[in-house]
Amino acid sequence: MPAISMTVNGEKVCGEVEGRTLLVEFIRNNLGKTGTHVGCDTSQCGACVVHVDGKAIKSCTALAVACDGASVDTIEGLAQNGKLHPMQEAFREHHGLQCGFCTPGMIMAGIDIVKRKGKKLKEETIREELEGNICRCTGYHNIVKAIQAGAAKM
Amino acid sequence: MYEFEYHRPKKLADAVKLIKSKKEGKLMSGGMTLIPTMKQRLASPTDVIDLSGLGNFGVSVSKTKVTIKAGTTHAEVASNSDLKKAVPALAALAGMIGDPHVRHRGTLGGSVANADPAADYPAALLALNAKVVTDSRTIEADKFFKGLFETALRANEIIKQVSFDIPAKSAYSKMPNPASRYAMVGVFVADFGNKGVRVGVTGAKGSAYREKAMEKALSADFSAGAIAGLKIKADDMNADIHASAEYRAHLVGVMAKRAVGAAK
Amino acid sequence: MSDTGIGARMQRKEDHRFITGKGRYTDDINLPGQAVGYFLRSPHAHAEIKKIDTRKAEKAPGVLCVLTGEDAAADNIGGVICGWMIHSKDGSPMKAGPHPVLAQGKVRHVGDQVAVVVAHTSAQAKAAAELINVTYKVLDANVDPVASQKRGAPQVHDVASRNTVFEWELGDKAATDAAFSSAAHVTTLDLVNNRLAPNAMEPRAAIGSYDAGEDHYTLYTTSQNPHVARLVISAFVGLAPEHKLRVIAPDVGGGFGSKIFIYAEEVVCLWASRRAGGVPVKWVADRSEAFLTDANGRDHVTRAELATDANGKILGLRAKTIANMGAYLSTFASSVPTYLYATLLSGQYNIPNIYAEVDAVYTNTSPVDAYRGAGRPEATYVVERLMETAARELNMDPAELRARNFINSFPHQTPVIMCYDAGDYSASQKKAMEMIDYAGFEKRKSAAARKGKLRGIGFSNYIEACGIAPSAAVGSLGAGVGLWESAEVRVNPVGTVEILTGSHSHGQGHETTFAQLVSDRLGIPADQVAIVHGDTDKVQFGMGTYGSRSGAVGMTAISKALDKIEAKAKKVAAHVMEASESDVEFKDGSFSVKGTDKKMAFGEVALSAYVAHKFPTSEIEPGLKEGAFHDPTNFTFPAGCHICELEVDADTGVTEIVDWVAVDDFGNIINPMIVEGQVHGGIAQGVGQALTEAVVYDEGGQLLTGSYMDYCMPRADNLPSFRLDFTKTECPSNPLGIKGCGEAGAIAAPAAVMNALTSALGVKDVPMPASPQNVWNAMAHLREAAE
Ligand SMILES: Cc1cc2nc3c(=O)[nH]c(=O)nc-3n(C[C@H](O)[C@H](O)[C@H](O)COP(=O)(O)OP(=O)(O)OC[C@H]3O[C@@H](n4cnc5c(N)ncnc54)[C@H](O)[C@@H]3O)c2cc1C
Ligand code: FES
Ligand code: FES
Repeated sequence: MPAISMTVNGEKVCGEVEGRTLLVEFIRNNLGKTGTHVGCDTSQCGACVVHVDGKAIKSCTALAVACDGASVDTIEGLAQNGKLHPMQEAFREHHGLQCGFCTPGMIMAGIDIVKRKGKKLKEETIREELEGNICRCTGYHNIVKAIQAGAAKM
Repeated sequence: MYEFEYHRPKKLADAVKLIKSKKEGKLMSGGMTLIPTMKQRLASPTDVIDLSGLGNFGVSVSKTKVTIKAGTTHAEVASNSDLKKAVPALAALAGMIGDPHVRHRGTLGGSVANADPAADYPAALLALNAKVVTDSRTIEADKFFKGLFETALRANEIIKQVSFDIPAKSAYSKMPNPASRYAMVGVFVADFGNKGVRVGVTGAKGSAYREKAMEKALSADFSAGAIAGLKIKADDMNADIHASAEYRAHLVGVMAKRAVGAAK
Repeated sequence: MSDTGIGARMQRKEDHRFITGKGRYTDDINLPGQAVGYFLRSPHAHAEIKKIDTRKAEKAPGVLCVLTGEDAAADNIGGVICGWMIHSKDGSPMKAGPHPVLAQGKVRHVGDQVAVVVAHTSAQAKAAAELINVTYKVLDANVDPVASQKRGAPQVHDVASRNTVFEWELGDKAATDAAFSSAAHVTTLDLVNNRLAPNAMEPRAAIGSYDAGEDHYTLYTTSQNPHVARLVISAFVGLAPEHKLRVIAPDVGGGFGSKIFIYAEEVVCLWASRRAGGVPVKWVADRSEAFLTDANGRDHVTRAELATDANGKILGLRAKTIANMGAYLSTFASSVPTYLYATLLSGQYNIPNIYAEVDAVYTNTSPVDAYRGAGRPEATYVVERLMETAARELNMDPAELRARNFINSFPHQTPVIMCYDAGDYSASQKKAMEMIDYAGFEKRKSAAARKGKLRGIGFSNYIEACGIAPSAAVGSLGAGVGLWESAEVRVNPVGTVEILTGSHSHGQGHETTFAQLVSDRLGIPADQVAIVHGDTDKVQFGMGTYGSRSGAVGMTAISKALDKIEAKAKKVAAHVMEASESDVEFKDGSFSVKGTDKKMAFGEVALSAYVAHKFPTSEIEPGLKEGAFHDPTNFTFPAGCHICELEVDADTGVTEIVDWVAVDDFGNIINPMIVEGQVHGGIAQGVGQALTEAVVYDEGGQLLTGSYMDYCMPRADNLPSFRLDFTKTECPSNPLGIKGCGEAGAIAAPAAVMNALTSALGVKDVPMPASPQNVWNAMAHLREAAE
């Protein structure tokens, strides 16, 4: 089994994986970071979104071995020294979550949108950019508001 | 997923050697199609050769020509500033593929090699009269897309890059499948001035194709009106729960008109 | 109003763990030594099982055991049940076929579970499952609910001839027929209420763990009602008595009804753990499995008629519905197209005569049961589509036709069981019309036409019945259980409070709203209140969360227990402050003695109750803990008016919702932020039903919408932002005056969209979902007219 190492939320981690081990499996099973979720098997729901080398990707559709040496950020790494990331804060303030299952992926996607599109986001832009993230609870209304507000504070 | 051995060569020559030496090797670029397919156990390679270590990515734009390396992600194509000036339609098309996360990983080479009947790039490659350059030869787009998930690529042949001449104007118009957001119908129109107009259509049939009657009409008069009366035959169009053959045929006309109207 | 009391827009207490990735869902739990269960499922819609050969699979690497329906029968593992008895018109009981936890003799839908493989890893279990050799004799499939009752249709269950589970009726047929024969106008609609897949984003999962030392079972499961799961697994499946079975539903990632039901996989994980020698067995559905096996929603085919006099006064309503139950009767399936549906056919209107007939049928498709709204969306769809269509046929403004027929005195007894207790339907309609600028619609329509868009507007004045109670009433209608709720209030010696509730929160925010109630009543900050739920070992009993009942029923139980806490604390305070109990007042979190400056904070009284130094323990027991069971006296009746405005691209058939207003009457509101969120989510699911979603099977019973590639979930760009407001009539049947808000959006939305769409296109009906293709097909007449 290949041995891999990567930086996850700023910490060096290593492990042995099979070729077929998905990044999300490595994060959840090997590292015990269960904030990254799996909501589908066709790479569409976005519950599994993490950042790899600064870019949002679907960790259910990446091989862990292929991320050897990469820097990975998950929902668990956002808060720093007990202080929430502005995007996390905004989701709470604007009630951008209900059951919480899509939330880690939404927050990671939201931060990625800001990285690419800047802090001043139009509602329409956010809705388009969320194409790869499905939420069944909120009707997106408050997620859109949360991302808009979180972006402005980033 | 079945277990396989993973390889990540650094040089194209090594990749070629590896894929040829393995019993059932499979190339992987962004993995956005290959990994879901393997998860569903529809593909069971003994070896996966990951091309992402080759460093084979980038868009280069000269005065008359564009070359895009196979490993360039959809996100890179969508945001390349030179390409946005030279062929904005292609950058826009790349920005319509999947979602932001998919665009961060999925690549031109993977999409072209996969030849999904609903993929976006094939329409552009046909309309732009692109050349697909592999490790061993150059294949014209017209000869590349052969049928349902079928291309002119030989087993173990690796796409290196795609290149094409810059058209005077072009546009891509896409009617996404409401569920998958792949193209239910996508039409790429490229106007090469006195070299004529080419129209690539995806999503409508088993494989991307050129709508020659439209090309003829548009070469004479590049306006939406020129193709307004053109009847598109539904005979060999795809039909599924999302769109009947008749509806698809209708959409080819609508998307073509919109693309012509938007071309720049 | 305090920052954390009733009515406060308080941020949710549960959010911190979810936004930091610390939520704990079933799949996040791993027990030591745990193995993986993988289900081999039927590839056929309908087939006899001739033989199952598991020998090779049993010998495969890592396999602990392979179990089939024969093993279940040998171990006396009972099937899962349907807990609501419906009787047909002729008095005969419904014909429920067996629903074994693993198929016995026959498979009845694609995805039916045939065997389970337990192995150390998921890959090993899947690999072994490929070695199981099942010999099937494939039978013709019965997929179309309408055709299923025809002679010669393939029979799904032997007990149900013509695949008919029941032929049920409600209302006075003769009186209704008479009303129709005297009518000036009759509006008729043939409607299909499309089958939906609930799609909670967290797929179902279960971990069964058997402790041989204690002969005790623990089940972690994605359930909306863990106590009901325990009851069914004990009393009907017969796996273990209740005191030997603990069911834990930790964080649950959405339910919408689909996680109410007791599914075979949960039972099998428990049983397989015993068979595997006590190794915990975990199963997590992937999305494809969810599409094949989660109970679906809706799936009605209805002919509906509305009789009016010459002035648009409604004389009667008739509906004949065929309800598809799928291949098995799921836990509450039979109640949905009957008592949750036909009892709401009066809508918000004074309708003197109503008659409904419902035939429930088996087909070779996955089971159908309650999904957000459960029966009530189907009823609202019938009533509100009829109203709008009738208005058009009568050349009346649809708002005016509704206003003429609104019920405006309460209580109001409808001809279909329900007695509405309070409401003000014209207030919500009026407000909604102002908000959307109804008067300005024609202008907006012309402006849209200039852009080549067809613009439409549509109303939906829904009503629902929430709480699903009282127990005696539902019992008389066939429910197998009472539908009360329980609560326990534990005050700790320091004055902090734990609330144990039988409700379950899977997105609704109970940890916040329930704490607000306590904060309001006891005058302590909400962060000093913990809500405990979802564990049968901690909470004594409860009926769970569905039917928008957790507020009206669950919180009322808490409120009653708080009454008892207050009463006892007053006694304690009186002794400590050496005053007569009648002189002690409780206000803003402190007890004081009238006419003196003697005062004790709630926390001090709590401590005194535990210290028990200053009162006679022969009269007053030490401690401060009270419980209550609450059985409501009536359903609650939230209602409101939603108006949708949309534009259709005539070239492509693409529909865009451009505006949405919702004015709801939920009675008193505990936390407006949370209530608005519930409405948003409900509307989105309703819009999904109207525009994007459908479960589709081919003629052979193969599922064509088995993943998000083909099942179209509404995404952010399919939806607008919603404009919400509220009107209020307090609910008289509970002390909090609350009605419930969880399903309103999903109930209201489909009719609003389809009324708007049919108005835009000038057609009578478009099949749901109004996908671009269906809309384009519906515009054929416009294209012909243009040619
Ligand atoms: C949720 C989702 C939505 C999507 N939506 C769209 C959409 O709207 N439109 C669209 O067009 N596509 C869509 N796609 C597909 C996406 O564009 C993929 O990126 C693309 O089809 C494959 O590219 P890849 O780099 O990921 O290739 P891979 O998955 O790595 O490979 C795909 C195939 O190509 C072969 N291959 C890869 N590289 C080469 C090479 N250099 N030479 C020869 N063979 C090679 C592989 O062996 C494999 O058979 C979507 C995918 C997902 C997951
Ligand atoms: S789990 Fe990765 S996209 Fe659904
Ligand atoms: S909050 Fe439940 S799926 Fe988004």
